[in-house]
Amino acid sequence: MKCGNCEEQKSDNRDARGGVSGLKKIKVALAGQPNVGKSSIINSMTGARLHVGNFSGVTVEKKEIYIEKEGYEIEMVDLPGIYSLNAYTPEEQVAKNFLYNEDYDLIVNVVDANALSRNLIFTFQLMDMKKKMILVVNMIDEVEKQGGAVDRHKLEELLGIPVILTSAKEHRGVDEIVDYVIEVYKKNKPKNKLFYDERIEEQIEKLIRVLHKSPHFKDPDEARFIAIRLLDRDEEIYKTIHDLPIFIELHEMLGKIYKELEMEFDEESTSDILSNERYALSKALVMKTFKSPPKRVTLTDRLDKLLIHPVFGLPIFLFLMWLLFQITFEVGSIPMDLIDAAFVEVSNTIKAVLPSGAIQSVLSEGIVPAVGSVIMFLPNILILFLGINLLEQTGYMARAAFLLDGFMKRFGLQGKAFIPLVSGFGCTVPAYMAARTLKNPKDRIITMLVLGFMSCSARLPVYVLLIGAFFPASHAGNILFIIYISGAILGLIVAKVLRTVLFKGEPEPFVMEMPPYRFPSMKALSVELWIKAKLFLKKAGTFIAGASMVIWFFSSYPHNSQLVQNYEAKMEAAANEAQKVHLQNELAAKELESSYLGTIGKTIEPLFAPLGFDWRVSVATLSGLAAKEVVVSTLATLYAVGDADEKSGTLIERLRENISFKAAVALIVIIMIYSPCIAAMSTFWAEVPQWVWRGFYMIYPNVMAWVAAFGVYNLLDFLGY
Amino acid sequence: MKSLTECTVGCEGRIVKIKAKDPIKGRLVSLGLTKGSEIKILDHTLAKQTWEVESDGTKIALRDEEAATVFMEPKGSCE
Repeated sequence: MKCGNCEEQKSDNRDARGGVSGLKKIKVALAGQPNVGKSSIINSMTGARLHVGNFSGVTVEKKEIYIEKEGYEIEMVDLPGIYSLNAYTPEEQVAKNFLYNEDYDLIVNVVDANALSRNLIFTFQLMDMKKKMILVVNMIDEVEKQGGAVDRHKLEELLGIPVILTSAKEHRGVDEIVDYVIEVYKKNKPKNKLFYDERIEEQIEKLIRVLHKSPHFKDPDEARFIAIRLLDRDEEIYKTIHDLPIFIELHEMLGKIYKELEMEFDEESTSDILSNERYALSKALVMKTFKSPPKRVTLTDRLDKLLIHPVFGLPIFLFLMWLLFQITFEVGSIPMDLIDAAFVEVSNTIKAVLPSGAIQSVLSEGIVPAVGSVIMFLPNILILFLGINLLEQTGYMARAAFLLDGFMKRFGLQGKAFIPLVSGFGCTVPAYMAARTLKNPKDRIITMLVLGFMSCSARLPVYVLLIGAFFPASHAGNILFIIYISGAILGLIVAKVLRTVLFKGEPEPFVMEMPPYRFPSMKALSVELWIKAKLFLKKAGTFIAGASMVIWFFSSYPHNSQLVQNYEAKMEAAANEAQKVHLQNELAAKELESSYLGTIGKTIEPLFAPLGFDWRVSVATLSGLAAKEVVVSTLATLYAVGDADEKSGTLIERLRENISFKAAVALIVIIMIYSPCIAAMSTFWAEVPQWVWRGFYMIYPNVMAWVAAFGVYNLLDFLGY
Repeated sequence: MKSLTECTVGCEGRIVKIKAKDPIKGRLVSLGLTKGSEIKILDHTLAKQTWEVESDGTKIALRDEEAATVFMEPKGSCE
């Protein structure tokens, strides 16, 4: 679209692409509305190699498959679901950009046989592009089972493009798609069969004549497409003509055409006129080619009667959520100990095999335990994702959003935001990724900005330790519950504030398709799960390993050999084992104090002094930015108790001696509010490309945590604690 | 002519006007809610904040603000 001489470039590319394996390449864009089963088709194609990546510049997942047949290598790109070329959501924009700007040979348009007339409206928009095209009518089994039928040949004749009836579920017609792709690729473009009302066609002709004056639009098909898109008020296309010399003439003419047509058709916009045209065309087509099944109460109707019942809907939803999290943590914790043990084993092997020194200790004390502590969460994450995928594929997610939209709207959030928020109680990392289900960028940013307030499972050890030390045991459970609930409430309030202050304007509209309930495809589920696991492990092996190395370095260097020698001498002279252990712990603490991390602690001490923190609590707080569990182990080391875990009585006593009640509560408040761990922060980083929001995200929770902790500390002080 | 929010569950009819502005109008149209299409009110939440309608085999959820911009000519009485 951008270049007038695309043809030459294309052929150049083709040669380059074809040269590698000797196979001729065909690139196919798989486009269709959401919920038509595009992914199922991709997953059920025989002999396909799957490749998963991202669309350039965005975090929208890009699935491609490669199939070799008859000397061709066919690359099929699964575009995000798109309802219309008048793109609305960011994912639709991605699909649109691909369709407009990428270099591909033909479009395979997948439609749902159950909703043919709505789907065909988009098909007409695609046909305007004048690319080689195939129409795939999917889920034909559902229609036929109910006694309906689609007249394939009639549809082919009327549309002028090949039509294939498929059912991904029954593996029917799916492999035919590839044969047709090759056949259509070899043939010339078919003649246009899609014409609008004469009055519209007249204006299109006028526009084409002006467009032809520019060297960019000599191709009549392309000029026609541009003209139609201009009538459809496509802003992207408008921008592409904006800088051309013919713009002024075109602009004037457009203004006139808009007015004329709108008057003639008595519509507000030419875009509406085209919509009505396409709607009428599609109705007519469906009438001629589709035998609709007799109307009857479907399974979906019956399930919806119960699942979105005004009264019972919400309790059922809450129960399902509770069940999901129960399973996530109960089942997920089973392999946790095994994974933990495996990594300890790896650590020990490294210690045994490698000579002692910096490399040995960075591996065995820095990287391996850190990577292990993250991989430990893989089972939880996979189960949670499986659950969320199940909810999505069965169509229940749309119902949950429907039920919760009213409640969430009061806090400036969308119904769908509930899913990532609840996931946040498990782990913030998958929760950020779950926020992808939110289509609107504003809703998504707000949700992601408040997600950190949902206390993740890694914060639990810190809470347990502090509650154990500073609150009576009889209240422990209640206090914990209060911490979690106040986090959630705070999140909702902050969302409201963000919506009113930073994301001003109308609340985002909520208009959503409620897809019919479907049994999920096991193959698709397992492919999704496998992809998730692979990406997660890759991240753990690269980013988390790197980050942990940095933390390790700061806490181990500079090395104070003088100090070590002194203590070694003392330990030699120690009277008994207990004293030796005591000295060892003291050495560890002293070493940490003189390390870079210790120096940093001393430097930042004044910052935390108003909260009643000493340098050790300050460092522990800071180390929590790496991972929240680290707060416990850092406190333990810094108070020289050695390898204490959160149940250690001695650590609790030390904390009581060294930290005031006020400061402890302030610490809890900080842990609850401030930035989540590095893994979560980097996920946010990857998901949100805008520097403004990245910067804001790094600062505001920490400022807020400090202010809240300061307030609580002084309030308790005032109350005489 | 009645807006969707003035109708009750079970009400059926034909859409006669959509007052929403783009891009919401475009979205409604691409979901099949357009002048002339048949529509049926399926459900709403307890506080009537969110509505579910069906048109041409597609079920669509929309908020009361959006639902109030869609007008239909009900078939028979819709009280």
